[in-house]
Amino acid sequence: MLRSPTTWLLVGQRLGIAFITLIIVSFAVFFATELLPGDVAQILLGQAATPEAVAGLREAMGLDEPAIQRFIGWLTGLAQGDMGRSYVNDIEVAELVGGRLQNSLRLAGIVTLICVPVALSLGILAAMFRGSWMDRAVSTATISVISVPEFMVATLSVLIFAVWLDWLPALSYGVDVDSLGAMLRAYAMPVITLSFVVSAQMIRMTRAAVIETIETPYVEMALLKGASRTRMVLVHALPNALGPIANAVALSLSYLVGGVIIVETVFNYPGVAKLMVDAVATRDLPLIQSCAMIFCVSYLSLTTLADMIAILSNPRLRQ
Amino acid sequence: MTTTPRTKSKFRLPTPHNMGYAFNWTGRIGLALILFWAVVAMFGRWFTPYPVGARVDWDYFGGISAEYWMGTDYLGRDIFSRVLMGARYTVGIALAAVTLACTIGVVLGMIAAVIGGWFDTLLSRFLDAFNGIPSLLFGLVVVAAVGSSIPVLVLTLAAIYMPGAYRFARALAVNINTMDFVTVARARGEATPYLIRREILPNILGPVLADLGLRFVFIVLVLSGLSFLGLGVQPPNADWGALVRENIEGLSLGAPAVIFPSIAIASLTISVNMFIDNLPTKIRDRAE
Repeated sequence: MLRSPTTWLLVGQRLGIAFITLIIVSFAVFFATELLPGDVAQILLGQAATPEAVAGLREAMGLDEPAIQRFIGWLTGLAQGDMGRSYVNDIEVAELVGGRLQNSLRLAGIVTLICVPVALSLGILAAMFRGSWMDRAVSTATISVISVPEFMVATLSVLIFAVWLDWLPALSYGVDVDSLGAMLRAYAMPVITLSFVVSAQMIRMTRAAVIETIETPYVEMALLKGASRTRMVLVHALPNALGPIANAVALSLSYLVGGVIIVETVFNYPGVAKLMVDAVATRDLPLIQSCAMIFCVSYLSLTTLADMIAILSNPRLRQ
Repeated sequence: MTTTPRTKSKFRLPTPHNMGYAFNWTGRIGLALILFWAVVAMFGRWFTPYPVGARVDWDYFGGISAEYWMGTDYLGRDIFSRVLMGARYTVGIALAAVTLACTIGVVLGMIAAVIGGWFDTLLSRFLDAFNGIPSLLFGLVVVAAVGSSIPVLVLTLAAIYMPGAYRFARALAVNINTMDFVTVARARGEATPYLIRREILPNILGPVLADLGLRFVFIVLVLSGLSFLGLGVQPPNADWGALVRENIEGLSLGAPAVIFPSIAIASLTISVNMFIDNLPTKIRDRAE
């Protein structure tokens, strides 16, 4: 499979597309944050600034240069890890982002560890017993979660777990994190909310992927020759569905990116998304740029990964 | 065929059922809810029991009562009035954005499919790249840059969902484009605008409208998300997402002020989903 030149050609092509996409996306972010707001020097100095002061700052910040040159400068700086300085408190953006990124990644990691096994088993079971009450219950639940905003899942879990059942604190970071129990309690609400959002997507996609395989003639053949339903799915269908399932997992993990923005804000979780939402309130553009790029790169990596898995697992490309 | 009673084939009322446009019950409930919210969005402002911005109750987070049907908010304003008015913002902005996104996307998609060649490749690649930006993030960045107002929200939301509409319409139009009647029309010497309007569009309209409905749901979700973060509709006006944000403090009290706007959002998005999922196949899959 890995020796086939066609496969590598497709993988290379996909990576090339991802790279071009990254350039276009970064230009969009740059355009939105540097060119749309108008004169940054004026914004920084406020309305009362003299024209001379604005002109001086503009020159000092290199705003006189043509936009395309500034874009290339910004992009090469970003590639070398130079994210610029925050407008608001003049700290290196990299310093502000560093610790926050760890927090966000930890949250995403825990959610992934919980979601993947749960969602995969539920998705496969629902596909296996399609039309049963279990399938219908799972499908209804996932559709309901998908068709409401993420913040509603968050508020609903607060209402259930913190207000009615009184098991967990409503806010994640007001509490001291000194013991294992306290840490568990602090992470519980954000993790629960995100897990709901992400697993709903994952269950739906997994179920669809397995059902698509089950409907192929060779699986029907297995059923006709007398294989049990369990055997039919686990032995005959599942190996061929692994590619699409892995694709579905990577794709639904990209929903973490949108979900994490809402969840970190609701629960006051000190991650990159909270940092970014706060930066939007103060219009701290370099900080917004860097956070936006972090999200875009993770989103892009996940969708690219999903496509690569789909390419690599396609048996038709094995020669 | 000859055994078919003649009376039946002779006289058939063109009811939706006979035309193959019948809905099942889930679809009808969905449609009824959608129509309900559409009416509320259009006429709700004249039926608010209290002025929308006025403090009517000096107690905050009041419960459900005969005076205040959905309780009062954190300032003691009537939630029922604010939900009625919020429908106007949520439904109005989402509808404007989805119309804009789908019109531009579908027209561009049909043009790309008919013209093909480098124009198609270039446009498709470029718009696909925009799909590489998570939707809520895009909204955040634009609002951070230019501030939030209703035109900005409509344009941003339209920009976020236009590439998806383009991709969908293009995929459908490419299939139609290879059909014989299009080839014939082309051989007749018809120009691109005619091909798009008379040959392609009527054949992709059903699925495109279904897609418009789903995109409407996504837009409502992102708009509510933005408003919930305080970056959507700005106070003193409030759409449903902003109403949830304003009253989020009341959550720990189980206040109706935070529950009813949430129910409003959920009922709208779920009913659109229900309606679209149960569209007659004749509309949904016409192009397949």
